[in-house]
Amino acid sequence: MSRIAGVFAALRQEGRGALIPFVEAYDPDRETSLLLLRGMAEKGADIIEIGMPFTDPMADGPTIQAAGRRGLLAGATLKGLLGLVHEFRRENRHTPLVLMGYLNPICSYGVKRFCEDAAHAGVDGLIIVDLPPEEADLVLPDAQAHGLDVIRLIAPTTSDTRLKQVLAGSSGFVYYVSITGITGTRTASAADLARDIPRIRAATDLPIAVGFGVRTPEQAATVVAHADAAIVASVLIETLCKENAEAVLRDVRALAEGVKAVHKAA
Amino acid sequence: MNDLTPNSLRAWPDARGRFGDYGGRFVAETLMPLILELEAAYRTAKADPAFQVELDYYLKHYVGRPSALWHAKRLSDDLGGAKIYFKREDLNHTGAHKINNCIGQILLAKRMGKTRIIAETGAGQHGVATATVCALFNLPCTIYMGAVDVERQKPNVFRMKLLGAEVVPVSSGAATLKDAMNDALRDWVANVHDTFYIIGTAAGPHPYPELVRDFQCIIGNEAREQLMEAEGRLPDVAIAAVGGGSNAIGLFHPFLDEPTVRLIGVEAAGKGMETHEHAASLNKGRPGVLHGNRTYLLQDEDGQILEAHSISAGLDYPGIGPEHSWLHDIKRVDYVGVTDDEALAAFQLCSRLEGIIPALESAHAIAHVVKLAPTLGQDKIILLNLSGRGDKDIFSVAKHLGTEI
Repeated sequence: MSRIAGVFAALRQEGRGALIPFVEAYDPDRETSLLLLRGMAEKGADIIEIGMPFTDPMADGPTIQAAGRRGLLAGATLKGLLGLVHEFRRENRHTPLVLMGYLNPICSYGVKRFCEDAAHAGVDGLIIVDLPPEEADLVLPDAQAHGLDVIRLIAPTTSDTRLKQVLAGSSGFVYYVSITGITGTRTASAADLARDIPRIRAATDLPIAVGFGVRTPEQAATVVAHADAAIVASVLIETLCKENAEAVLRDVRALAEGVKAVHKAA
Repeated sequence: MNDLTPNSLRAWPDARGRFGDYGGRFVAETLMPLILELEAAYRTAKADPAFQVELDYYLKHYVGRPSALWHAKRLSDDLGGAKIYFKREDLNHTGAHKINNCIGQILLAKRMGKTRIIAETGAGQHGVATATVCALFNLPCTIYMGAVDVERQKPNVFRMKLLGAEVVPVSSGAATLKDAMNDALRDWVANVHDTFYIIGTAAGPHPYPELVRDFQCIIGNEAREQLMEAEGRLPDVAIAAVGGGSNAIGLFHPFLDEPTVRLIGVEAAGKGMETHEHAASLNKGRPGVLHGNRTYLLQDEDGQILEAHSISAGLDYPGIGPEHSWLHDIKRVDYVGVTDDEALAAFQLCSRLEGIIPALESAHAIAHVVKLAPTLGQDKIILLNLSGRGDKDIFSVAKHLGTEI
């Protein structure tokens, strides 16, 4: 069983959902990212998503765009990012790490070599925003060969027919982009989730994570009441900018408490 | 295109939207269903004679087509070599080739029941053309434009506003065309239900490179017919500037299967190919994925996209349409570079000799003709796409020449 599947299986036993906070690599520097990864795992993150900085993040709002720019200014590269993962893994073998980003840096690194190096460093899954199922054969074989979960995005615009196609080849969990829009802007309501999640649930046994616009412990709790995991990104980056890494970890703890307060049927 | 032979170079893209290894549909899932819907709508429209009739009506009576084919005699004599013809896309309504595509796309948007239009623009020519058709068809319109371009293309910004468009200056990145396209894509993701994105060049996710090319092929088709009438034969060379590459692919495509016609695309070499300040993605870039398609890109060793540079805002883009990438690889088209200074000189030369102020984009193509024509005999014919007029550029040209207007 993959590390991601293991975490979701254990949470199902416990009867609760997962919190997936986000760290943009090297924002504002490598040390802060390492501190956040370690701290988040301690404060209740069940899985951590790491953003791979890219110059042209076309699905991201201003907050993650700016975080990516700071990461690049601090010298972020995929090689450096995998080194960071490797260092984290020396102390933590249990928290799954998922990389999220865009295709071009991976192509430039070499898809095969990237999957090999990522798996070796201790990465568990990949979310590649601009790789729809139609183009997935570019990455899927190498990712699968190295035991990396390929986590697909599902959007409100994804039809039921298309859902099957998107889910074929997905593993780990599915990422429901709960709004039509970019990261860190609008928030889906409880009514939206009550309408959308069962539609996906009917099509897959994979855990469903919800992202885009999840900001508060209350919203995270609403998300896990319907789905299996809440992904929180932009608000944590805002806190990092306005305050510091300690404040981010304080917020992660509060989010984790919000998620844990929701009891789900096992 | 059912009459094409199996080996035709005009038969691409394939079902996956690929030209060889280039093109494709690299977009977020939110957009994927729309891209597929657009493709289906385009197939239906293309097969519907009523669509062609409607398109022809607007192209004839609104755009003013066919555009003239002009024998540039004084320029030809001055250079002392090949006979040079200009395809006068600068004479179209709104002053450039961009309107050909905008008419086609807005008719598609109407068929699809979309009620809001967005577009990106670099030099502002595509923005003006989009704002124009939106005024004509009474649709609200938002144009994304890099803040740097807003500054260097003020007349076009004012034009767009006069036409009723909202112009959104984009300050991310280098605040030029690439960044405008990022923000247009972000707008589209957030407004998928009612919005149609009129992409201005033959790039982006499939089917855009194909449909923009098809709408621009009228340039090459007309020129071919006009030249047959004037000279009774095909040109020896057809030449056009390439940024994203829509005017060039429109000129080249009808000649792709004519082996005697040499095709030359002119990239912006900015301050020189040997510097880092240029927009020569084919000559100096390598394949990658950006803005929905796989194509040649200016990028660093880590796959981060580099900023392009050109005196011409319309060529200031680190990528290129995927069909050009393929034509470059198979060597059907030669892609050469022309610097800012060479383009500026050609801009002035054409103005003085022909009484035609060309767009800075087109001036890049003219600059290469200045080098090429004297090397060819007087029996040779060069067909140049004069893709737009240069009124929009007079302020920035004056600045470069140290003149105050």
